Amino acid sequence: MEENLKEICKVIRKDIITMIHQAGSGHPGGSLSAVELMVGLYFNKMKHNPKQPGWGERDRFFLSKGHACPVHYSVLARSGYYPVEELNSLRKLGSCLQGHPNFCRLPGLESSSGSLGQGLSIANGVALAAKMDDKNFRIYCLLGDGELNEGQVWEAMMTSAHHKLNNICAIVDYNKVQLDGPISSIKELSPLSDKWKAFNWNVIEIDGHHMKQVLDAYDAAAHCKDKPSVIIAHTIKGKGISFMENKAEWHGKAPNAQELELALAELK
Amino acid sequence: MEIKNKPTRDGYGEALLILGETNKNVVVLDADVAKSTRADWFSDKYPERFIDMGIAEQDMLGTAAGLSIAGKIPFVSTYGVFLAGRAWDQIRTTICYSNLNVKLGGAHGGISVGPDGATHQGLEEVAIMRVLPNMTVVVPCDAIETKKATLAAAAMYGPCYLRFGREAVPIVTEENTPFEIGKGYVLKDGKDVSIIANGSMVFEALRASEELQKEGIEARVINLHTVKPIDENILIKAAYDTGAIVTAEEHQITGGMGSAVAEIVSRNQPVPIEMIGIFDTFGESGTPDELMTKYGLTYLDIIKAAKRVIERK
Repeated sequence: MEENLKEICKVIRKDIITMIHQAGSGHPGGSLSAVELMVGLYFNKMKHNPKQPGWGERDRFFLSKGHACPVHYSVLARSGYYPVEELNSLRKLGSCLQGHPNFCRLPGLESSSGSLGQGLSIANGVALAAKMDDKNFRIYCLLGDGELNEGQVWEAMMTSAHHKLNNICAIVDYNKVQLDGPISSIKELSPLSDKWKAFNWNVIEIDGHHMKQVLDAYDAAAHCKDKPSVIIAHTIKGKGISFMENKAEWHGKAPNAQELELALAELK
Repeated sequence: MEIKNKPTRDGYGEALLILGETNKNVVVLDADVAKSTRADWFSDKYPERFIDMGIAEQDMLGTAAGLSIAGKIPFVSTYGVFLAGRAWDQIRTTICYSNLNVKLGGAHGGISVGPDGATHQGLEEVAIMRVLPNMTVVVPCDAIETKKATLAAAAMYGPCYLRFGREAVPIVTEENTPFEIGKGYVLKDGKDVSIIANGSMVFEALRASEELQKEGIEARVINLHTVKPIDENILIKAAYDTGAIVTAEEHQITGGMGSAVAEIVSRNQPVPIEMIGIFDTFGESGTPDELMTKYGLTYLDIIKAAKRVIERK
């Protein structure tokens, strides 16, 4: 099982760098850091049906860090929401795969995103509606660490905790690097787990590239009944491509043909 | 005729009570000012469908977006400056870009908010809401029309901004006056000039037309409650029939209803236009009457503008 998921992760990483290369722009760093987190959800933990994207009982996933859409687009395609060939159209005129996700254009998306800090509030709204309607599906929301600079996230954290939204599972892709440089040089987040704990969240801290830890974390979150849960996933920006790892310059840059070849060779 | 006064926000509160009874999907959110917006009337009766989000407008709009994605019809209220201004990007990128079915109740629109001063007087909401694709913008003139507009907003799909005021204003419509989003209507016919107003300025426009009549000037008065989608036909006809237009709104001249009228008239049937509104300045503390007078928002100002614009024909 985990071996199979690890193989899927390789495919997703190849998709990410290939599609960003073809588009000539995009965000590889924060897409590559979230691969295991996304694969663990879409290929194992989430209840969903690619043939019926609107199925009422499905679990919901919100990509709050919208710039990491290449990983989401690839995971959706490889799950069967649309043909894998669509990935070639990323960021091109008329494409369903907009530079940042557009809810109206692509099946499988639950919201538009790209302006940071908004996903957890949206997830809370869906979670509150689920409580009102006695629905049991789960709601996942992937946040970037740089994104936590946005004040709205902290407003939303208070809302989830106040309403004891145990159907919410937030995930922080804690890769320690944002666009302008290291998180620690811009606006320090540490001690991040303590902050979430102080906001009355159930905090699960893991290595976000360790598939077993990822899967166990989703289970632990589902078992917590009195609070919302957050998975603080320690990750590496640009994970899997040696020359991209931990480099802020690869936050939002497309690899050229030579770099693509090097990257694909590393992922064999 | 006896004139009854009532705040337009009361119409919002009354409509929410009706919706609470008739539509189980309606939920109401407020940002710690439910007593001011009249959302508390709904929360008293339907507490399980009311969420006080605290003083967190951005989170409130995002939460409303999520509720609408899940099939609810959220009505979100707070003061217009904070609703339209503070959460503008949430309204733009999360709600309008996805064309979500979120209804915005913007209270305390206009300078007549009074003593709270400029920080709380919404004078820009119409401009910054009407530029957003998919958004509908309605500025009802009295409590009865606010009630109808709120019910109509629930009946349509898509984001809709309703603007209402704090002060009691004269009731100029009746329960059976027709109301349809996107359709202005003629309150009083005339051939010399058209006065196009919305919100609290509709009453002032009617009063101005009565005074003008005494001087032999026949003014058509149009209630343009919906700024977007705008009723092009009634505007083009007014320009054609009367050849001169005065717009009157309790809002910045820049980007407001008057600007929207000028956009249509200048492209289709150009005629002289004079605009009544706030001229690129902030408000200040004072009584509503003092402020409306100081900032040129009374029937007397409309009369002067009507005479000026007729001169320009």
